[in-house]
Amino acid sequence: MKHFEMARPTDLKEASSLLGKDLGEARLLAGGMDLLGELKDHIIEPNRLVNLKSVRNLDYIDPKGGNLRLGALVTLTEIAGHADIRKRYTALAEAAEVVGSPQIRNIGTLGGNLCQRPRCWYYRDEHVHCLKKGGNHCFAVNGQNQYHAILGGGPCFIVHPSDLAPALIALDAQVKIVSAAGSRDVPLEKFFILPAEDPHRENILQPGEIVSEVSVPEPEAGVKSAYLKQREKESFDWSLSACAAALEMDGRACRNARLVLGGVAPAPWRAAEAEKALQGKTIDEAAALQAAEAAVRDATSLEHNGYKVPLTKAVVQMAILKAAGA
Amino acid sequence: MAKKVKIIVNEAGHPVEKEIEVQDDVNLAWGSPKDLKYLGHRITRIDGPEKVTGRARYTYDINLPGLLYGRILRSPHAHARIRGIDTSPASALPGVKAVLVLNDRTVRYAGDEIAAVAAISPETAEDAIRLIKVDYEVMPHVVEEAAAMQPDAPKVHGERPNVNPGNPEAQGDIEAAFQEADGVVEGTYYVPVRAHSCLESHGAVARWDDDQHLTVWCSTQGIFSVHEELYRYFNLPAGNVRVICHHMGGGFGSKFGAGVEGVACARLAREAKAPVKLMLTREEEQLSAGNAPSAMAKIRAAAKKDGTMVAFDLEGSGTGGLGGAGVPMPYIYQPQTFRVRQSDVYINASEARAFRAPGHPQASAIMEQLMDDLAEKIGIDPMEFRKKNDPNPVRQKEYDLGAERIGWSRRSPTPGAGSGPVKRGMGLGSSTWGGGGGPGTKATLKISRDGSIEISTGSQDLGTGTRTFMAAIVADEFGLPIGAVTALLGDTKYGYSGGSGGSTTAASVSPAIKTAASDARARFLAIVASAMKVKPESLELTGGKVVLKSNPAKSLSWKEACARLGMDGITANGEWVESLQGSGVAGCQFAEVEVDTRTGRVNVLRLVAVHDCGYILNRTGVESQINGGVIMGIGIALTEERIMDNQTGRQVNPNLEEYKLPGPKEIPAIEVILLDNPTGKVSGIAESPIIPTAGAIANAVYNAIGVRVRELPITPRKVLDALAKKGGSA
Repeated sequence: MKHFEMARPTDLKEASSLLGKDLGEARLLAGGMDLLGELKDHIIEPNRLVNLKSVRNLDYIDPKGGNLRLGALVTLTEIAGHADIRKRYTALAEAAEVVGSPQIRNIGTLGGNLCQRPRCWYYRDEHVHCLKKGGNHCFAVNGQNQYHAILGGGPCFIVHPSDLAPALIALDAQVKIVSAAGSRDVPLEKFFILPAEDPHRENILQPGEIVSEVSVPEPEAGVKSAYLKQREKESFDWSLSACAAALEMDGRACRNARLVLGGVAPAPWRAAEAEKALQGKTIDEAAALQAAEAAVRDATSLEHNGYKVPLTKAVVQMAILKAAGA
Repeated sequence: MAKKVKIIVNEAGHPVEKEIEVQDDVNLAWGSPKDLKYLGHRITRIDGPEKVTGRARYTYDINLPGLLYGRILRSPHAHARIRGIDTSPASALPGVKAVLVLNDRTVRYAGDEIAAVAAISPETAEDAIRLIKVDYEVMPHVVEEAAAMQPDAPKVHGERPNVNPGNPEAQGDIEAAFQEADGVVEGTYYVPVRAHSCLESHGAVARWDDDQHLTVWCSTQGIFSVHEELYRYFNLPAGNVRVICHHMGGGFGSKFGAGVEGVACARLAREAKAPVKLMLTREEEQLSAGNAPSAMAKIRAAAKKDGTMVAFDLEGSGTGGLGGAGVPMPYIYQPQTFRVRQSDVYINASEARAFRAPGHPQASAIMEQLMDDLAEKIGIDPMEFRKKNDPNPVRQKEYDLGAERIGWSRRSPTPGAGSGPVKRGMGLGSSTWGGGGGPGTKATLKISRDGSIEISTGSQDLGTGTRTFMAAIVADEFGLPIGAVTALLGDTKYGYSGGSGGSTTAASVSPAIKTAASDARARFLAIVASAMKVKPESLELTGGKVVLKSNPAKSLSWKEACARLGMDGITANGEWVESLQGSGVAGCQFAEVEVDTRTGRVNVLRLVAVHDCGYILNRTGVESQINGGVIMGIGIALTEERIMDNQTGRQVNPNLEEYKLPGPKEIPAIEVILLDNPTGKVSGIAESPIIPTAGAIANAVYNAIGVRVRELPITPRKVLDALAKKGGSA
């Protein structure tokens, strides 16, 4: 990898200043699980890494006082193993425990999981100058696109790899974004962007901005949630399709639903039509199927990823039933 | 029959030469496990503790004073002419000690070697190769088989056509046979290219002891083939090159030679005048260091109602990248008439290498699916259909054993009959292999006066347990605990042994160990008997003692007995003999799977593996080999495939992230049934168990869902696409 300078800021403002205004110059390092791969594969070649781990007190899990507050440096293992999260924010714990491998979960962080770059094999190949890297076309369109997007794709067809993001969006989380200039709170759902807006990035972070915290509101009474991930291998593999479901239940009836898909779109994908389809319904196989059908109604496929449509339908249906405990 | 050997005994304080008779090698037998402590039993791997504690030194772990690190520059283009190479920026980089050009003409796949460097750190070496300037004239490429077969496709090998038709094979009047048949099936089956994916990548550490003497640690299946390759390349006397491989992390047929990387490593070391370590990166390993050819088979076959297979017509092709392909067809079955036409298709991808049972897993996967298709067509149980058409008596027995264990009678004869979205099915597949050894292995057994006992041969232990059975044979011969025996291998300073491939190692090495041990035992008994003033026949070796049968009180401990040897101890040499080993192993496997028709996911629930390998040296070792074969077979069935992109000419998955090896959760309960043959000869087991797995699983999937996925691996995509096509679930 290209030689770089390692900066060790002691607070977020300093970290932001060290990141500067040019993404090509400096990158943020947390767990490094994704960043190291990008550096070693020469996908990015910054001159400076800013090590967020030298900033203290970013690894808290604070479930007290209504909102669940999570520092950006909390590891996936910590989230997966937290009893309170598992009980009240089940989808989040379930999502954290199916990320990568135990080693990755021990080192990988919440912030890193949300900000990781796509796994698209064209993007990850140094010698392929694709649209995402500033080239002029997406090689997935006419290439090996079995893992690519069926929703929200174009002109780039990556899928967002995060497992935590769908779960957190289903749970209505907010992210705190800080920079030298100040901080802002953004609903996580608004954090991600589609390639149509900008194919070169996957979120709204501006240079110098850092995700410092995620907060999740206290679930309404009766909210049950679940995360379901389908992959080719049951261990150490990426989603072919995933769904986080948070259902506000009143007995067997669903008052409100939030359904968010992973692995099928360039950003975590809110299945709004499917949510509507569940409203007021008694959750059973038929209702879940109806919602699942709505979730993929707008799906379009490339040459090799058509299977992701029925797969996603199945995943949504199963996630709804799992969340409802039906 | 007996042969005479000379020994020296001490008589009245003087050494005296004596001639004794020892058992002739051809009369040796392994002996019944009933009478033995180790052979035929479960033996714990003797190098296990070394491996699990990390003390075992693999090539990767060899570090020498002043060691440099090598790296190879590879072509990013699938096909290009090299107009020029400028290595001077690399040479000028501080820390770079040697730069070599390996190829300055034409590159034929993305990953083809161009240059190599050695530098003071791996990072510097990587920086250096990136500084080398190559002027490429990019040429058209083709990396997909179907595209390569088109008449206007870019040519991979200059003017040579991309399609090389092999010699057709035929027997009988096939058209007449089709006319008479009761059932005819047609189908196109496909097994893709797979990568060996050795967990320890290819590579070497080379040290020039002076400008005429070279020592190389190499991750290899054949220290003597690497040895020959290197002494010839450097034009050195054979004795001046030493090759060492104490432990290695997987070869599977891809590690017989020094390879481009091994030769480059030794060249760099010579040029830099310092030892060099050059191990391939994971990406290089997946791209360049071994793959198995694909197999596409368009088959039309026919049978009669009584289960006789009357006709088999195959038109097939496969790609071995820049190299050839081809699989043995119609594999283990004997249709009354057949016609087989197979061609090699060249593409711009690295050349195929031997891969654990070359051609057989592909042949079996295709043939076993066809057998099920045909059995269904004529309405006969697939196992009965096999029994009718498989002439092998061993497998006939194995079919029954496996069927009973898995509960074949529970199998629904109607494919896809299960209710609910998650369906179960069963299937079977078969294998054949040689497993015999070859002449040449030389072993030496040394006993010293301090009681140490050492067996050595220049074989190598691929992780298959060669060391362990070497020690076990000697331990049983002398009635010693296995821990008392030191087994040495993996060094060309020991006697010659061949490469470890094709399941040949056990059958090549064990007879030489046995003959050395038997010879040493006779000498040992003669000398000790002479010292004890008794007849050798009156002694027996048991429980770590030399026991005088008539008066056990006069027994000697092993150490006491060894102290009675002369200063030179005992050295006995053994050589391979044909009579202790045999060839021709058979196997079959039964799979039970669960398929979720909503998600397309296949879950293998159970796998029953029935195999024979003649006389079993180490039961645990054999079972472990079978487990490994089955796991690789699951990869063929469900997860593994090299994926090429024709736009860029590049492999999109040269890593273990998207080239998917089965993980722990893909591995079912594997139940091994060994067809014991305690009076038999030693045969190898390594290849046979990888062969039947994919066919068994593919058939089980069909039995579960009623739709045939004829293209491996059977991923959720293929299952869902097949179900959608049928109009089933989507």
